[in-house]
Parts: sequence; structure tokens; C-alpha cells
Amino acid sequence: MSEAAQKTSHMTDETVIKIANMNKWYGDFHVLKDINLDVKSGERIVICGPSGSGKSTMIRCINRLEEHQKGSIIVDGIELTNDLKHIDAIRREVGMCFQHFNLFPHLTILENCILAPIWVRKTPRKDAIETAMHFLERVKIPDQANKYPGQLSGGQQQRVAIARSLCMEPRIMLFDEPTSALDPEMISEVLDVMIDLADSGMTMLCVTHEMGFARKVADRVIFMDGGQVIEQNEPEEFFTNPQSERTKLFLSQILNH
Amino acid sequence: MSKAVVTDEKLPDLPPPSNTVGPVHWVKENLLSSPGNIALTIFAAWLIYMLVPGTLDWTIISAVWAGGADACRANPEAACWPFVWTKWEQFIYGFYPAESRWRVDFAMLLLVVGIAYLMIEKTPGKRYMGLFMLVIYPIIAWILLYGSVFGLEEVKTNKWGGFSLTLVIALTGIVFSLPIGVVLALGRRSNMPAIRSICVVFIEFWRGVPLISVLFMSSVMLPLFLPEGVSFNDLLRALIGVALFSAAYMAEVVRGGLQAIPKGQYEGADSLGLSYWQKMRLIILPQALKIVIPGIVNTFIGLFKDTTLVLIIGLLDLLGTVQAGIADPNWSIKSVPYTGYAFTALVFFICCYGMSLYSRKIEEKLHTGHKR
Ligand SMILES: Nc1ncnc2c1ncn2[C@@H]1O[C@H](COP(=O)(O)OP(=O)(O)OP(=O)(O)O)[C@@H](O)[C@H]1O
Ligand SMILES: [Mg+2]
Repeated sequence: MSEAAQKTSHMTDETVIKIANMNKWYGDFHVLKDINLDVKSGERIVICGPSGSGKSTMIRCINRLEEHQKGSIIVDGIELTNDLKHIDAIRREVGMCFQHFNLFPHLTILENCILAPIWVRKTPRKDAIETAMHFLERVKIPDQANKYPGQLSGGQQQRVAIARSLCMEPRIMLFDEPTSALDPEMISEVLDVMIDLADSGMTMLCVTHEMGFARKVADRVIFMDGGQVIEQNEPEEFFTNPQSERTKLFLSQILNH
Repeated sequence: MSKAVVTDEKLPDLPPPSNTVGPVHWVKENLLSSPGNIALTIFAAWLIYMLVPGTLDWTIISAVWAGGADACRANPEAACWPFVWTKWEQFIYGFYPAESRWRVDFAMLLLVVGIAYLMIEKTPGKRYMGLFMLVIYPIIAWILLYGSVFGLEEVKTNKWGGFSLTLVIALTGIVFSLPIGVVLALGRRSNMPAIRSICVVFIEFWRGVPLISVLFMSSVMLPLFLPEGVSFNDLLRALIGVALFSAAYMAEVVRGGLQAIPKGQYEGADSLGLSYWQKMRLIILPQALKIVIPGIVNTFIGLFKDTTLVLIIGLLDLLGTVQAGIADPNWSIKSVPYTGYAFTALVFFICCYGMSLYSRKIEEKLHTGHKR
């Protein structure tokens, strides 16, 4: 545990996400096969694996953007079922950042950030603006608050998207390849924000191929292939001493260029 | 063989961009650039020569502007504007009782003020004014026009007519068709099969029948189904027919907009925990409706012009009163029908073109920079 100690782990004993024997099909296609995953509060997990291995599908099941057909997912003590009340409750606790940001182009940056707090959490407008400005400052773009998303660079948009999720004060943040649609020079500005977030003790699940980020902040790296979790380990162990052949092959492919 | 390019000599000027050069050049560039273009230019010039002088002469230069029927009878080869001046009130109010016409005037004045308020830039509280015009104004207008409350004398709808009736039908259609259309469009994309099928059937039914037959059936056939003694106001039937008919078209226009919104927008809204209706109202519809403004206005314009079909069930809208005026034996002059129809066309054109201009202005205003 030497590596984890250096990283000032915020991990606690409380399990916030419990995925048990979860299966998902797209029609006949078995995308996720018997996924089992426990996430502790404050834990930072990086998920990697080849394209089409089901990484996005898995984390999208956690906030019900996709529906699973078998097994159970319990988030923050609430089981995900078809019950809309449960889904809404979970979505309030789980923030998500997408590859393509998905900001609302007809609203200003500030309006993007205060919308959900006002309508979902019923926060008074004034307080919502205050919170939004706080998080926009934290992602270092308070001066863009009154612009529209279309007027910002990709890196700035992704940081706004992170701030927008944080405004809901979620317990858990999901990231689905947040940097893979960005030009190289913008990647680090987004990663910096994510590292800052990790340092603050947020529970995070990140699908990403940024291995530097994984080494720096992750408590655990999960490798997926063919809809299954093939291997999981602490980052140092995972990178230096991969167990399965598929992991070795994958690592050699992404680390060699 | 390299040569220094540094020189004291002034390089020749580049030609100015074509839109800043003289008219001769502009003509050459835009009208005479190729044989095909030359042919088109000649054809257009011939068309203008054939149409414009004659039209101008008939409507303005030789037209009869003052006097009465006799003045027109003396000059039957040009427009007879005194016909319009004389029948003016009938064209606007139909058979609305003269002593109560101030009520129509007042309703129209409110409408004009309301619309002007919404159109002028930077007026405060636009949102509330818009809501007022959509929700409260129709009630006020109905009370003013129909009366029978607050000491206002009742004016039966069969007395209504002329341009004010056209406005009543068109505005009712506009006010109701958009929300109904939005609901139908959402229903058609719903996950629930029952709701989806109801919406599909409704939309396809109304789109599949001509408005004229809807109106006809509503006035001839509906009474057959209603119990004896229950009568259903003619105007109300026309209003419902026109509104539902346009709503079906509107639904398809709106659906087009909904389809253009990327999946990511839905997911973004979902991930923040917005409910279905919040997501639609705050995120999806504002974007979808903005995209389809041209289609919406197109439907409005079509609706506005279709109001003339209420003639078929005996309601006298603007066109109806003009026709009634033409049939007046005192005005049986050759130029009167032409004048009447030209006047009607002009009024409709002004209204429809106005809508079109306003929609373009809204589109510009809603433009929030580049797309995603
Ligand atoms: N809506 C869908 N319908 C049918 N198949 C789908 C759908 N979405 C994804 N899939 C399939 O499911 C598999 C897993 O997709 P997923 O997006 O989870 O992969 P991923 O690991 O995120 O890949 P990438 O790194 O390319 O994002 C893929 O084979 C994909 O083709
Ligand atoms: Mg993916």
C-alpha cells in the first residue's frame, strides 16, 4: 500500500456503489457479462480497455442512462430499478461528464450551471449563482460565465461541464473519456481540474486512457475486455506487473506510442 | 535564379472587391456574365416590362381614388378604390352592430399594442407580456367581442365578420395549434405505445383530409351525431377545425426539430436529474423550436390564408365580405371585382409578409454563436 499512502487516499470503508452480477444485452448482443464491482466512498477508479469493451456502457448503467437486464446496482443505498423516484434520487447524487461535453448551447455558461440546482434541488437562484461561481472559479473560468458554450474552446467547455455537474454537489462523479475529444494542448487543463477534484476526496469513476492520470490519482485501475472485468489492481502493480495476457497486450499497445 | 523581392516600387493595387465597384461592372458581373445569364436577364426585363407598368397604371396612376360608384362607372378600366372606402367598415366588422364596434376596435388596439411591445427590443418583462398575450388576451378579446357579461350587450357570432373575423380565426388557430402540436409531437416520440399510437392516428387523420372537407363535415354532419336540440356554434366548429388541422401540421414540424437535437442533450439533462417535462421544456424544446421557426411560421402563414375557407360554412371573413360587397348591385361595375380581390390580396400579403419578417428577426436574435 506504499503507493496509496503517498497519494493521500480518501478512501473510507463505506461502500457507495455495489454492482453485483450485472448483465446487459443490446438485443442479442451480450455487452456486459457478470460485472461485480464495489466502490468505496472517496475511492478513485480508472477504467480502461480496448474500444467496444463495454466501458461506457458500464458506467452509464450506474446513473441509468442505460438499463441493465440482470443483477443489481445499488448506489448510495438505493437500488436502481424502473422506479423513477429511485432513478431521480440516484441521478441527484451522481454527476457525469461526457466525451462531447453535452453543454446546453442555448444557455449561457452560468445558466448551464444553475439550471439543475434550481429545478431539481430547488435551490434559491441567488444561492445557485453563488455556488456556480464558486465552481467556475475552481475550474478557472469565472470570467466566461456569461458567454455561450459555442464561444468557448473544447477544454474550457469540458471544464464547464465538470463545474455544471459539481453544482449539484454529487457524491460520485462519472467521467466517460473526458479528454478524448480534445486537442492535446487542452488535455492537461482538464486533467488538472480532475486531479484537483480527486484531491478533494470525491468518489470518481473515470473511463480514460490517460495512464499518467491513472498513476497519479487512481486507487484502483480496472481493465475491461469483451464486456468483462478482466483484471483490477493498484496502478503501480497494474502497470508493472499485469497478470493476464490481454492486459499485457493492451498495455503494450497504449504505452508504446 | 533567386531575386530579391524587396522593392521600393509600389505594387499594383488589387482590384476592389466586386461589391464596391461601379454599377456598370456590377451589371456585367451579375447580369451578363454568360450567354445563359444574358438570356435570363432579357427574359426578366421583358417580364418586368410586361407586368409592372400595366399594374402600376391600373392600381395607381389611372385608378379612381375619389368620388363614388359613378366615378368608377365613368372609368371602368382602372382600379375603383372608392369601392373599398365605402365598404371599409363592412370589410373590417362584417355585420357587427355599429354601436358596439368600439369593442372590436379596442380588442384590435390591445392586440397591436401587445404585439408591438413584444417586437420592440429591450422592453422589460417580455416573458410576462408574452404570457399575457397568450393566456389573458384571448379571454379579454372574447369578452369584448361576444359580450353578455359586465353589461356588454351580447353579439352573436353570426354577426361577426370581415377582417376581424379573419383575425379571430387565425389567431385562435395560431395560439392553439402550437401547444397542441408540441404535445402531439412529443406523444409521437413517446416510449408508451398507447400514447404514441393515439398521436400517430390523430396526426395522420388530420393531415390526410382537406381542411375544406373538415369544415364541411363539421357543419353538415356533426349535427347529425349530436342529440336533438343541442346546437354547436358555427364559429366554434370552424375554430376547432382550423386549430386541430394546423396542430397536426405543427406536430410534424416540431417533430422534425426534436429529431435534430443530438442524443447528448437528452443525456446531459438526464444525468443532471431533470424530470422528463423539465428536460423537454428547458433543454430540448427551446432548441428544437428554434431550429424549426421557419417551418412554424410557414404553418402559421398557411393557416392564416386557409381561414378564407370558412366561406364554405357560411361565415363571412374578409374575403367573404369583399365578395358580398362585389355582389352589391350599386357597385356592379367591371373594375369592382378586380379591385376587391386586389385589396384582399394586399391585406393578406401584408399580414403574411409581416409574419415572415418577424420570424427572421427572432431567428437572428436567438442565434447564440456557433454550434456545438
Ligand atoms: N445502442 C447500442 N445498440 C447496440 N449496440 C451498442 C449500443 N451502444 C453500444 N453498443 C455496442 O456495445 C459495445 C460496447 O460499447 P461501449 O460504448 O460501452 O464501448 P466502450 O468500451 O466505451 O468503447 P470506446 O472506447 O470505443 O468508447 C460495442 O460493441 C458497441 O458496438
Ligand atoms: Mg466509450
